[in-house]
Amino acid sequence: MPDITDLLFYGFAGLALLFGFLCVANPISRSPVTSAMFLVLTIVSLAGLFILLHAFFLAAIQVLVYAGAVMVLFLFVIMLLELKEEERRKFRKFTVGAGVIAVAVIAGLLLQAVFKAVPFGTGPTVLAEGLTQPLGRILFTQYLLPFELLSLLLLVAMVGAILLTKKELK
Amino acid sequence: MNVFDYLEPTTQFVIFSAVKIALVFGVTMTFVAYAVLAERKISAWIQDRVGPNRTAPPIAKYLPVIGPILVRLGMFQPMADGLKFLLKEDFTPAYVRKIYFWLAPAIAVIPAFLTLAVIPFGSTLGNPENKMVIADLNVGILYTFGVVSLGVYGIVLAGYASNSKYPFLGGIRSSAQMISYEIAMGMSVVAVFMVVGDLNLGAVIQYQAKYGWMVFHQPLAFVIFLISAFAETNRLPFDLPESESELVGGYHTEYSSMKFALFFLGEYAAMISASAMMVTLFFGGWTLPFISEPASSLLGGLLHIAIFIGKLSVLMVVFIWVRWMLPRFRYDQLMDLGWRRFIPLALGNILATAIVLAFISI
Repeated sequence: MPDITDLLFYGFAGLALLFGFLCVANPISRSPVTSAMFLVLTIVSLAGLFILLHAFFLAAIQVLVYAGAVMVLFLFVIMLLELKEEERRKFRKFTVGAGVIAVAVIAGLLLQAVFKAVPFGTGPTVLAEGLTQPLGRILFTQYLLPFELLSLLLLVAMVGAILLTKKELK
Repeated sequence: MNVFDYLEPTTQFVIFSAVKIALVFGVTMTFVAYAVLAERKISAWIQDRVGPNRTAPPIAKYLPVIGPILVRLGMFQPMADGLKFLLKEDFTPAYVRKIYFWLAPAIAVIPAFLTLAVIPFGSTLGNPENKMVIADLNVGILYTFGVVSLGVYGIVLAGYASNSKYPFLGGIRSSAQMISYEIAMGMSVVAVFMVVGDLNLGAVIQYQAKYGWMVFHQPLAFVIFLISAFAETNRLPFDLPESESELVGGYHTEYSSMKFALFFLGEYAAMISASAMMVTLFFGGWTLPFISEPASSLLGGLLHIAIFIGKLSVLMVVFIWVRWMLPRFRYDQLMDLGWRRFIPLALGNILATAIVLAFISI
């Protein structure tokens, strides 16, 4: 009998793929709101995968930030713009082709990494990163420079966004 | 030795958890029903009215003495309310987006109940292995915020699905409001967890049992959390998503019968989980200054649960009391308060706490 963790892994992975597919290429509805909602479900399924890796902190943050905040803002904008034209538009050959190529390239890269992993077929080791304290310690020692650079990048993006909303610069 | 001890630990765990979930769900549903009654009675009292005082099933008159008192207190009113919601015509307007129209009420209710999973509502029932919390997560608070942040979808989708003006405006307003106050709320508890040094809610209670209630250590954090909780649960003075004087009924204008009742239920369940969070974070959870050890007997365990429910009820009364005392904010005032007052205040609080903690540790 397979392990319950394995069953959960295949469950969440399958759901993530299914919802991801329905988000970009939903055959029934072309509504942008539906796409956004399927993206939310994809994010939640990914959080499930994080939990199976014992990365509870990441899982919680994933739901909190992406599903709870970013996607709500997306939905907000989509609803305000009311994209009627998008709903009428059919699949276009060029976009489908470009999408398939992009996915193929990324999948190739990922597969290469999987096959190079030694020994082949072992799952990732469970780190103590699920707990918040070790995670914080690593962020402020080993990964201090990238962490600070990222915050700087976010600050720049924020200032840029505020600047863009101003009608005229003085 | 009873039959239960012969089962495997996993099976025991599953049974215990299932019982706990059923109990928490049942108690919360009852609490919701009577919170509505309390709301009606307290509002009546504040406005110098009587409130519901005559709903009575036929059995009421056979109860001597106590029967008329229960009727006058409106104790049977929630049953009549529930029955009315179930029996009313469930009308779906022709212009709505059907799938979302059906999904939205469910999405509004579920997160409010899911939050309760990490709340430690008691210590133990004698056996120290079996804690009185459904899921003892080490990132408890983050789970809560994650789930609460999903609650906004119910309201936004209700506004979108109704496909008419007022619900749409209500949905838009609520998404902006809830996102804004979520930030202030999250920032305010950061200071609490800096003091405690752990994200687990059980650890927060242990800390408070040792060093006194958090509301005295972090009064500013409590004030910000309390006011943000009003905004997050869409209660007056921040009930702009459904403000009846401008938006008819806001996001639930087009809803009727049980679907409307689900939104109603979601609002009260959200109030309960917000109160439960406040009891846990700021008022010592199931402890009292002289009762702080985990219970060693069944009776002690029940006492702890009673203490928790008592504190919860007090906060619920505060929620209701404020609703009938304060007028509604204007929308720009609401946004101003959230972004330009609370977020800087909460950030300052974090900084001040960090400085104090650094000095103590030197």
